[in-house]
Order: sequence, then C-alpha cells, then structure tokens
Amino acid sequence: MSGHPGNRGEHVVGEHVVIVGASLTGLHAAEALRGGGFAGRVTLVGAEPHPPYDRPSLSKRVLAGRMSADSTGLPQRQDLDAHWRLGNAAVALDRDTKTLTLDDGTALGFDKLLIATGTRARRWPDTAEAALTGVLSIRTRDDALELQARLAARPRRVLVIGAGFVGSEVASVCRELDLDVTVVERSAAPLAGALGQWAGAAAGRLQRGHGVDLRTETSVLALEGDADGRLRRVRLSDGDVLDVDVAVVALGAVRNVEWLAGSGLAIDARGVQCDPFCRAVDTDGRPCDDILVAGDVACWPHPLYEGLLAVEHWDNAVRQARVAATTILHGAVRAHTALPTFWSNQFGVNIKVVGVPGRADQVAVLQGSVERAAFVAAYGRGGRIIGALAVNTPRALDAYAEMISSRMSFPPDLNAADAPDPIRVLDLAVPAAG
Amino acid sequence: MRVMVDLARCQSYGQCVFAAPEIFEISGREVLEYDSAPSDEWRLHLERARAACPVQAITIGPAAGPGKDDGQPSTVRPAADSMGVLR
Repeated sequence: MSGHPGNRGEHVVGEHVVIVGASLTGLHAAEALRGGGFAGRVTLVGAEPHPPYDRPSLSKRVLAGRMSADSTGLPQRQDLDAHWRLGNAAVALDRDTKTLTLDDGTALGFDKLLIATGTRARRWPDTAEAALTGVLSIRTRDDALELQARLAARPRRVLVIGAGFVGSEVASVCRELDLDVTVVERSAAPLAGALGQWAGAAAGRLQRGHGVDLRTETSVLALEGDADGRLRRVRLSDGDVLDVDVAVVALGAVRNVEWLAGSGLAIDARGVQCDPFCRAVDTDGRPCDDILVAGDVACWPHPLYEGLLAVEHWDNAVRQARVAATTILHGAVRAHTALPTFWSNQFGVNIKVVGVPGRADQVAVLQGSVERAAFVAAYGRGGRIIGALAVNTPRALDAYAEMISSRMSFPPDLNAADAPDPIRVLDLAVPAAG
Repeated sequence: MRVMVDLARCQSYGQCVFAAPEIFEISGREVLEYDSAPSDEWRLHLERARAACPVQAITIGPAAGPGKDDGQPSTVRPAADSMGVLR
C-alpha cells in the first residue's frame, strides 16, 4: 500500500490523504473526498480524544444543560472508511519527505496533506490567575462539560470576560438559568468587532434588558483566589470588586499553527496562508500542490475583500473543506469564493450575518425595526455593500448575499415594503484593514 | 443516528417541526433547536423532515468516528517502510 504520488495534479487511486484536524473541516473534507470518488486511504488525525463534534451547540444548549455533550457527535456518511488517529496531535511537518510527525513519535507519510487544525481559546494572560479553579474557557467539549457543571452548581455570580459572540452566548445561557452574570468588555459595546458600534449598542440594550450586568469600556485588573486556589473575586477597572465563583475567558481564538514552525509555509497570526484553491502558500509565495489548508486555521484572498480573509465560521469550515477536497482530486479548478456567513442565537434572538460587516464604514437599517427586534441592516464600505445583519429575519438574507456578491452600491435601492421611512445611513468608525 | 442542521443555511421555515416534532422545535421567534441524537424510533419522521426542508439543511448519518466495536481503523493498519514511516 505504498503511496507513491503520481505526476503533480494527477489523481492516483491508492494515494494516502492525511487530514490533520478531526473536527468539522476535517470530517467534511473526508466526506467530500469519498463523495468525489476517492478510493485511496484517508487518515484523520485529531488532538482531542473525541470524534468530530458540533462546536456551536457547546456555548448554547450544552451549557444550558439541555443537551448532553455526548449528543454533539456529528453524523458522517456511511462509506467514509477513514482511519482515525484521535488523541494524537501533529507536532511537525517535513515537506521534503512528505512526512508528518505525531506527538507519540509516529511518522505518518502522505501523498496529500490537509491542514485543518483550527483554533484554540485565547488564555487569560496571567498564568497564576488563569490556573485558579473556576477560571475557564469554552472551546472544546471538555470545556463545555466543566462549565456546564459549574453553572449547574449555582455560582453566586458568573464573570464573562469579553463580549464577542461566545461571551455573549454564555451570558445568555446564564440569564436563561437565572444566574447573575457580569460581562466585562474593553470596547464600547458587545459584538462591536464583528458588527460595528451601532449594532453593538443594540446588542448591549438587548443584554441589559435580559438582566446582564454589562460593563463596557471596562477591563479586569485582577482575578483573586482563596487559599485553596479557587476563584473568589474580580477587581475591575471601574473600581468595583465583585464576588465571583466562575470566570469565563472569552477573548477570542488563537490559530493552531505552532506545529508548522520550520515547515517553510507562510504563516502569521491570521493563520496558514493559502490560495483560492486551498493550496498552502510557502514563504516564497508559491502554492504547494500537495499541502492544503481549510477551516479556521486558513487565511486566503477573497475576490470581494482586500487583503486576506480569516474567519471562524461553521459555514466556511464546511465549504472550504469541500474546495480543498476538489483540489486534492482534480487540481486547481474550483476557487473558494463563498461569502462569509454565520449565525448566533442569544437572548431568544436569531442573528444571521453575511459578508464582512466588521470592515464597514457605514450602516443602514433597510427592513424592519430595531425596536421590534426584527430587522435587516446593510453595511457599506467605500459606497459598496459588503455585509448584512439579519435579526429575527433569516429569510431576508439571501437577497443581501446576492447584492454583496454583485458589488451593488450602498445603500442599495430596495423599495422594500417594510423599509423604515426615511432610511438613515450612519457612519461607522473605520476599522483597521486586515 | 445523528442529525446535523446547517444553521447558516436554515431559514427557520419550520417544515421539519411539522414532520418531526419529537426532534425539531422553533424556540423564540426564529431559533431552530433540535435533538442531534434522536432515538431510532423517529427515523421515518426524521427522513420526512430532511425531505421537507426547503433549503435542504438537514444531514442524517451514523455518529462520526472510529467504529464503536473496536475503536480501530476500519481497514488494515498501514505498514511501516524501511524508514519507519507509515505509508
């Protein structure tokens, strides 16, 4: 079963495809390979002991205790026929010998490699404070189980550090469980990084309306524990000291790229760079035919957006995985040009986003009403629509995706029956590019 | 049996709720929730829900991962070459 590769770009039955990362991206790439008729060997390498599971439900239903962590396992196609190396992290890649080294010393040869190692939760920077019992992140299934158990034990107060989507979802679950929760956010509003200041302010009103103690433009000065190393108090920059038993660190994610040091691939804080066909780019800027990248760990050029795009969306993981599988099977024939899209459910509200609102310089509500918590807001940059936010209006979004893809001017002329009169265009602080 | 709904694609039409109320529900105004590991007795309802979804967002399959029986790869392990590399 030795897998000598054929000529570049030529698909050989009996090849060995190794996928590093056994989560949503890795699973969908493997499925797409089989769906495309690949009959060779597929090996999925995963650092966690668990088979692929559904991450979005962790910060929602699993945390609320309405779904068991065991139930998060994803479905797979019947004929996947994959080899699994779970509980083994990849520690090195040798491109010359096309060999991957695992943390148990195993050397794994490949003909094609897909890098799908994703991200991990950014840790609280003070290591002594981070080690206190009760200071947690939520990224993995094991994280969710531990946090769910701590919430079920009815802590006096939960501290959430960071009001991005994960932090806001955790706060939502706390209120659903009737737990006191304080959310500390360094910027002026929750979700502002992804949705801008205006929508962030609306999200802030939603959170406070549900009883969240939301403190914006505030930071955590210190987490303090007792003699047994259990979290007891938090000191905030607004001068308050709060008694808390649980602190959830929700400060975003860090790309799992360290194992690729010395591999000669182009890597930075945005992830592993690849071309539109998911081929990893080396430090000389050349795409590698045999090494592909997909999912949260990838950054790539998108025809609609300047620079490189790096997103942490479920939808992107699935779609980019399929493009990577196509490139493995057929070469560079299908570019990954899907619009970024994601969703969140929090405080009983369904949020869907398409495009990249975080890069906008203007925003306007084009349908519905913010007061009634059912609206669509469009985002523009340089007079062109680049994103849209749908709150409790999921069926409206396809039309906006079409406008974004066709680069319509902003604000688009919709003549929607439920448009506000007049439509007000608000200026947003222009975020840094990239 | 596992269920996955592509919630980026889902537009909360709710057809799945009518077809398989044991598995799907709309919570709040537009939030779809579902049992991702339902009992096999609802298989027929689940198949109907998948077929009824206007945006084809529902996937059904066995749980991903190594087979439950032995936790081993489903085919023979690869042999190491002279350099000790598994091919």
